[in-house]
Amino acid sequence: MSAELIPSTEPSPPRASYLNAGYGVKSWLLTRDHKRIALLYMISITFFFFLGGLFALLIRLELLTPEGDFVQAETYNKLFTMHGIVMVFFFLIPSIPAVLGNFFIPMMIGAKDLAFPRLNLLSWYVFVVGGLFTLWAIVHGGVDTGWTFYTPYSTAFASTRVIPAALGIFITGFSSILTGLNFIVTIHTMRAPGMTWFRLPLFVWSHYATSMIFVLGTPVIAATILLVALERIFHLGFFDPAIGGDPVLFQHLFWFYSHPAVYIMVLPAMGVVSEIVPTFSRKRIFGYRFVAFASIAIAVLSFLVWGHHLFVSGQSVYAGLIFSFLSFLVAIPSAVKVFNWTATMYKGSISWQTPMLYAMGFVGLFTIGGLTGLFLASLGIDVHVHDTYFIIAHFHYIMVGGAIMGYLGGIHYWWPKISGKMYPEGLAKFAALIVFIGFNLTFFPQFILGYLGMPRRYHAYPPEFQVLNVMSTAGASILGVGYVLPLAYLIWSMRYGKNAVANPWRATGLEWRTPSPPPAENFPVTPVVTWEAYEYRPREEAKVIG
Amino acid sequence: MRTDFPLFPERASTMASQVDALYFYLIAVSAFFALLIAILVIYFAIRYRRRSEEEVPPGTRGGMLLEIAWTVIPFCISMTFFLWGAKIFFRMNRPPDNALQIYVVGKQWMWKLQHADGMREINELHVPVGRPVQLTMTSEDVIHSFFVPAFRMKRDVVPGRYSTVWFEATRPGRFHLFCTQYCGTNHAKMIGWVEVMEPIAYESWISGGGGSESLASEGSKLFQQHACNSCHRPDSLARGPNLQGLFGRHVNLADGRTLVADETYIRESILNPAAKVVEGFQPIMPTYKGLIGEEGILQLIAYVKSVSNGNPAAGTEMLPPNNRMAAPNQPGTEPRPGHERKP
Amino acid sequence: MAEPERQPVEPHGPSRLQHHFRTMDQQRDASTLAMWVFLVTEILFFGGFFLAYTVYRWQFPRGFAHASLHMDILLGTINTAVLIVSSLTMAMAVHSAATGRRRPLMGFLSATIVLGFAFLGIKAVEYTDHIRHHLFPGPGFRYPGPDGPAAEMFFSLYFGMTGLHALHMIIGLGIVTTLLVMSYRGRFTPQYYSPVEVSGLYWHFVDIVWIFLFPLLYLIGRHLK
Repeated sequence: MSAELIPSTEPSPPRASYLNAGYGVKSWLLTRDHKRIALLYMISITFFFFLGGLFALLIRLELLTPEGDFVQAETYNKLFTMHGIVMVFFFLIPSIPAVLGNFFIPMMIGAKDLAFPRLNLLSWYVFVVGGLFTLWAIVHGGVDTGWTFYTPYSTAFASTRVIPAALGIFITGFSSILTGLNFIVTIHTMRAPGMTWFRLPLFVWSHYATSMIFVLGTPVIAATILLVALERIFHLGFFDPAIGGDPVLFQHLFWFYSHPAVYIMVLPAMGVVSEIVPTFSRKRIFGYRFVAFASIAIAVLSFLVWGHHLFVSGQSVYAGLIFSFLSFLVAIPSAVKVFNWTATMYKGSISWQTPMLYAMGFVGLFTIGGLTGLFLASLGIDVHVHDTYFIIAHFHYIMVGGAIMGYLGGIHYWWPKISGKMYPEGLAKFAALIVFIGFNLTFFPQFILGYLGMPRRYHAYPPEFQVLNVMSTAGASILGVGYVLPLAYLIWSMRYGKNAVANPWRATGLEWRTPSPPPAENFPVTPVVTWEAYEYRPREEAKVIG
Repeated sequence: MRTDFPLFPERASTMASQVDALYFYLIAVSAFFALLIAILVIYFAIRYRRRSEEEVPPGTRGGMLLEIAWTVIPFCISMTFFLWGAKIFFRMNRPPDNALQIYVVGKQWMWKLQHADGMREINELHVPVGRPVQLTMTSEDVIHSFFVPAFRMKRDVVPGRYSTVWFEATRPGRFHLFCTQYCGTNHAKMIGWVEVMEPIAYESWISGGGGSESLASEGSKLFQQHACNSCHRPDSLARGPNLQGLFGRHVNLADGRTLVADETYIRESILNPAAKVVEGFQPIMPTYKGLIGEEGILQLIAYVKSVSNGNPAAGTEMLPPNNRMAAPNQPGTEPRPGHERKP
Repeated sequence: MAEPERQPVEPHGPSRLQHHFRTMDQQRDASTLAMWVFLVTEILFFGGFFLAYTVYRWQFPRGFAHASLHMDILLGTINTAVLIVSSLTMAMAVHSAATGRRRPLMGFLSATIVLGFAFLGIKAVEYTDHIRHHLFPGPGFRYPGPDGPAAEMFFSLYFGMTGLHALHMIIGLGIVTTLLVMSYRGRFTPQYYSPVEVSGLYWHFVDIVWIFLFPLLYLIGRHLK
């Protein structure tokens, strides 16, 4: 099927869609429609994103001056802990999977819904309950262990709300497990006739890989948090050095999940970019199978590298050697993806629209994040930069520069489909630029700070670090503006935006072959797939390179 | 030399220039690839920008060769990082034999340091230039981490075990000492200075301690105070293993295992004696938990080390003054807060 | 282009085919696959505890062996037998559901529930016994013998692992009770019994966990007797 056949300009008359399939609070809170559940998720994680952002703002304000005079040390420790917990567990991990994945996986594979619609709704409620526990902990004094909950501090020394916060994360973990389980079963059993594995959009592949991590990793963090809670409540001394327990065992268990969790955040963003780049280059993605298998390779290898968080914790040097080697291995599939995205643009027809700007920003920032990851995988250098601002900069390049750029790119890309409205393109481009500049100004100075030796989680710091910290805070305020803008104009567009056509970008995916916004049952008739993914022109016409 | 706006940390140890060399290599390679991707993306985006709405390019497909090339080449380059980094790491973890021994106890929120000859410091460490220094570290409460950026040296300090780290300072000066493992409210205040001195200045500093005893002889006193020598003795009345020549030796345990007697083993045997009982002995030793603090244990270890290094003078102390049975319940065994120097 | 939409075909009563599935087979595949995936997550959930057990047993082999002598081997063995028999009754329940026999189905489900409660009752007796002998870790822990700390670690793991297992048993009992109500209302047919089937998988999984817990907690010190 070629591009000429894809409808692009047919007007969208007022008609039944999932948005007007029912009105009232009940029709939303008891919905089983994956699209509505996705919107419920979108609203909840947007709330958590701005809450976490507020904590980040206060952290940056404190670090404007070296003395630590804006808030008390105790307050500061709570701020970075809650920033981490809220952003990691309540925004980044559910962000793309629970919103965009939930909305588009069934549509991309030609299904009417996920395999278990009720389970899907349940997982949102579980998420909300977990969120409420954590909010309760925040309101009633907060928690100050760091989002990593290292023992024995978290089990025997912290006097803050560790248990409700941990319980919140524990509960939310089940939401992740249910979502991952739902995705795996859906992708296996719900594909439309003709939708073979290698016709799946890469977004679906990357979510399959993400779901593997959800399903295999999340239970381990749940068990670990349970062990911490049992130790705190019942004095079962799993990690208590006094009875021979090993606090470093906690770190092994914690990172066995929490390192793969980084890939939970970035794999879906890679999936989004793998959709945006072909669409705005009007070309089949370069090396489809390599990008698809790279996702699976990342998911598998991500479980074998946790020990690189323990290079200076006292694990054996030989364990360090093996984990260092494996950490370099996991970088390779990411590099393969970056090269393939770049090559997709070669001889394409590239449109500079907002989603593409985010995708290009993602490629650049993720490249820097990935390359600085090699510094940390390298044993000799990690000893110096471990637990300094270098690592803060590195993982923000992956999680903010990567995952959030991907999320925003995806939101803009699919906004016409989700809302049936177009956003103001000029303003959106401007916001993308602001985010890119603000981000780099915030986090690039932190690489330098880290190599200089500024430790993370410091409420006050020696005065010679101030200039770089001021730059970082300035960048953060720009970044904040960049995040508020899309919130404003996307809400604005829901009422005042132009109506969107079914396929505004003239993309090839199944989700674009149904009206915007889609009807409640997604497709009037079950589609039968006879074409490859991203097939703008017959595959045979393409010139082989390399 | 410190300006108001440094962009690169000072270099003050033998390890610093080695770490920096690898760092610069990584920066060069990273900059190359980051710029390559950035330039290609921007160039393609401009060169192949969409000129008409209806345009659909003929497209290109990936060949096997290209995919293999950009899998294998990054792999080979990353292996150079791996090998180089591992080489430095192994050097960091192999202390020279002649290193000066210093013992470190981390607690919320201060560093307590004891020199081998008994000098004690808090949040301040004096070391001579040009001589390897080995730190043996443990924590009284939570995990801390001992970090001196100018030395490119860091190691977690974990309760319940000893970690060691070494460095050799290359020039005199005052350098930051940070705790880098989050340890509670005043984590950011758990900082101090490492003062690197010329050897002569160091000698006069260390001898100015004012009659302080060496760590090993403090340990020897503790050993007799707790009547350890009534069981741990070289003669036939011994009910516990002889400690002479023990340190660093292989020990056969009652359950058939073998291990090397190191600091962690000695510490565990004092606090949790039944965990690893030596072959041929009964688990009769009571625990000394709560009776001897971390610093006292370090003194005992220094003592056990001293009678293991063929020091005959120390060995005589193994014989008990009399044969009285002693219970380990005398209070007041915390080391005297004698010669502490506050910064 | 599209295949015709499938209409509810059963003449009596509503179809068990949910609107978003195309066929009954697809629906059954989905629920079976989901349960297997869920069991994988359960394995990893218990995996955290088993890893901690492995690490500490390797560290304190003697202390663990001695501490395990404080287990009541008789009650443990009875409980193992009870669970194995309950697995049998659960398997028979699945078989009865597949062949569409409602009475045996209800009978076997009830038997499973009784055995499940028997297990929990015996477990409660054991717990009371341990707590009475000050074997619950924490400030009140008293241990006769030299390996106090290692034994405390053993009992931490014992209460953690068996407690988590018991929690799974309680959830399982809730599920089986729901199945009993559903079968009383005649919800299952030979065409539609996947709730019974996947709940059976879960029940067997919980039993298998016990099959690992029993030797690791009760039997490792037997050679010392």
